[in-house]
Amino acid sequence: MSATTIALAIALGLAAGVLAGIFGVGGGILFVPTLVLLGLGQLEAQATSLLAIIPTVTAGALNQRRYGHLRVRTAVVVGVASIVGVEIGAQIATSLPESALRRLFAVLLFIVAAQLVWRARRSERARYPESS
Amino acid sequence: MRLVAIGLAAGVFSALFGVGGGIIAVPLLVLVARLSEREATATSLAAIGITALAGVAVFGARGEVRVGYAALVGLPAVAGVLAGTSLQQRVRASTLTYGFALLLVAVGILLLWQ
Repeated sequence: MSATTIALAIALGLAAGVLAGIFGVGGGILFVPTLVLLGLGQLEAQATSLLAIIPTVTAGALNQRRYGHLRVRTAVVVGVASIVGVEIGAQIATSLPESALRRLFAVLLFIVAAQLVWRARRSERARYPESS
Repeated sequence: MRLVAIGLAAGVFSALFGVGGGIIAVPLLVLVARLSEREATATSLAAIGITALAGVAVFGARGEVRVGYAALVGLPAVAGVLAGTSLQQRVRASTLTYGFALLLVAVGILLLWQ
């Protein structure tokens, strides 16, 4: 791994964190492609991304709790329910060929990009209702 | 019951793509559970912690998790998320949103290219 690659990985990791903090996501959408660029296989990158997500969201949630936005009970219900979903998702991910998984992931990136734009436009309209 | 459905959907998404599932959870927490935008993003982060832990357990058992690589991207992300959550309190950051959308499209094209 060259110094440039490591610097790029750190920069993308930082960007993933900012994204996670602003939008309440884990940052996996940037962790996964970064890890693929570092040479990991698609499934390996996705699994490793999940580990990178843990410190990211822990720091983010603690910071949000200080601001008073965190609904602990809701988070616990959603989080615990998600464990069942994780089992199902993992079954699907491990049964798909890596190339299919990678193409699906690329499609996901475009969908999320579209969703971000939609959310930004929605919040702009909420701020300036007379202009819409 | 609605919250359970949100968690289930986010969990499938998380393990399928190696993401947190916040992409699904945040809009649903706003539209279905009636949380404010900031409450939804904050609550999503905490829920993802549990989701990702479960995912690491499942994929870790299969030997797919690379700890060193996770640290390489995850530790800078801790600095990033502290900046991101602070930034969120002050601005709506829609300009930043368009920037991120562009970044994601570029990364998606790069992935398809490979």
